[in-house]
Amino acid sequence: MQEVLKVENLSVEFNDHQVIKDLNFSVNKGDVLAIVGPNGAGKSVLFRALLGLIPYFGNINWAPNIKVSYVPQRFNIDREIPLSVAEFFKFKTTNNEKIINALREVGLSDPQHDDFHLKEHVLKQRLGWLSGGQMQRVLIAWAMLDNPDVLLFDEPTSGIDIGGEETIYNLLKKLNEDHKMTILLISHELNIVYKYATSVMCINKEMICYGAPNEVLDPAALAKLYGGHASFYKHDHHHE
Amino acid sequence: MSNPLLLQLAVGALIGLGAGYIGSFMILRRMSLVGDALSHVALPGIAIAFLLKINPFIGAFAALFVAIIGIWALDKKTELPSETLVGILFTSSLAIGLLITPEPELLEALFGDISKIGIADLWTTIILVATIILLMRKISKPVMLGVISKDLTRSMKIPLNKINFIFLFLVSIVVALGLKVAGTLLMGSLVIIPAAAAKNISINLSRYNLLAGFFGIISAVAGILIAHQYGLQPGPLVVLSGGTIFLLTLLFKK
Repeated sequence: MQEVLKVENLSVEFNDHQVIKDLNFSVNKGDVLAIVGPNGAGKSVLFRALLGLIPYFGNINWAPNIKVSYVPQRFNIDREIPLSVAEFFKFKTTNNEKIINALREVGLSDPQHDDFHLKEHVLKQRLGWLSGGQMQRVLIAWAMLDNPDVLLFDEPTSGIDIGGEETIYNLLKKLNEDHKMTILLISHELNIVYKYATSVMCINKEMICYGAPNEVLDPAALAKLYGGHASFYKHDHHHE
Repeated sequence: MSNPLLLQLAVGALIGLGAGYIGSFMILRRMSLVGDALSHVALPGIAIAFLLKINPFIGAFAALFVAIIGIWALDKKTELPSETLVGILFTSSLAIGLLITPEPELLEALFGDISKIGIADLWTTIILVATIILLMRKISKPVMLGVISKDLTRSMKIPLNKINFIFLFLVSIVVALGLKVAGTLLMGSLVIIPAAAAKNISINLSRYNLLAGFFGIISAVAGILIAHQYGLQPGPLVVLSGGTIFLLTLLFKK
């Protein structure tokens, strides 16, 4: 298996405050690595370090000539920006056909609908007015325009729309299979990790577990990761 | 162009256009307050220019340039809103300006006086506004990407700090230019109001930018004409014309 990323002794500090401590992991081509952990565990910070946006200690080695695309959390995008979906895509390419193909690929249009439907209901729409699922698909399509080898996908914090999320992960899985694309995703839904990820890394500032999901996500690891609440709730439920 | 009213209208419209267009990006970057406070910084610059008997535009621009470097450094250093600090520094410089501006020039410096312009001002304004619009168009893509997500933009290896600096530089030129129309107290609204009105009724960026520039022109022209008709100060009327347009656009808010 070709290694696309190797991280050694990665630490990140903000004002002498340790946010990430001594992470070691590697990612092979075609892997889907899920990064899980409680809020404030340093998951998004890890992404920012991998993208080279913040200073860090240790080594982050991407394979040569690897193209990495980043899909930011959709909730961080101001819904009031007067910017149409078409204009958003024009920032990257003026090739209409490429845009339409990318939108098709992420499932924003199906073969039954013609391009007119896509133009009127998606491209002319204000970016901020798209539904959560549509916005996420648009952000993925936008990232896909560069034909990346690796996609960094930062999932929104809460699973408001479980059905919608399932289909987003189906889409990521499809991109992973069709393009042999390596995916690193930050996730909060453990069931999604079990279903889609080839490996999982639990972090809470430091590494808590790392490996195949059904091997490493045991109750002990979860208790350590989320502070023991999981077992507490189970116990409570048993008595009722 | 010997007719002073036509000259005022031409200069006013050009400044309205530039201010509205640049303002449309400032609002999206949540710089409304900065835009307003920034214009206050110009006052000590104007005062020193008066004292040294040089062109007040140069003095205002020099003071604004120092201020934007401060904003730029703050923005680079921290993601936290620096509004409080900006508010304190900028109103303090207004206070200093009030103390050192010579009395006869104070009113003009505070509220602007477009009736005192000459044909040379028209040429300067044409050149500067054209430069502002051309440069802004060139950097509008990275500026907008930065509005959408700083991390996304930086992950694409776009030099956002450099782009920010160019943007703030353009803001300082447009504010310095607008001092003739609205003075140090009101110039901020010339940048903010037309853009805020345009935002109410725009779905896409090209329409938004266009309308912001257009509303800037309309506010300036209407304000100058009404002032001329009734023998009043143009500056406040330009701002109030913009305010009226804003209220009208609220009725059609998207």
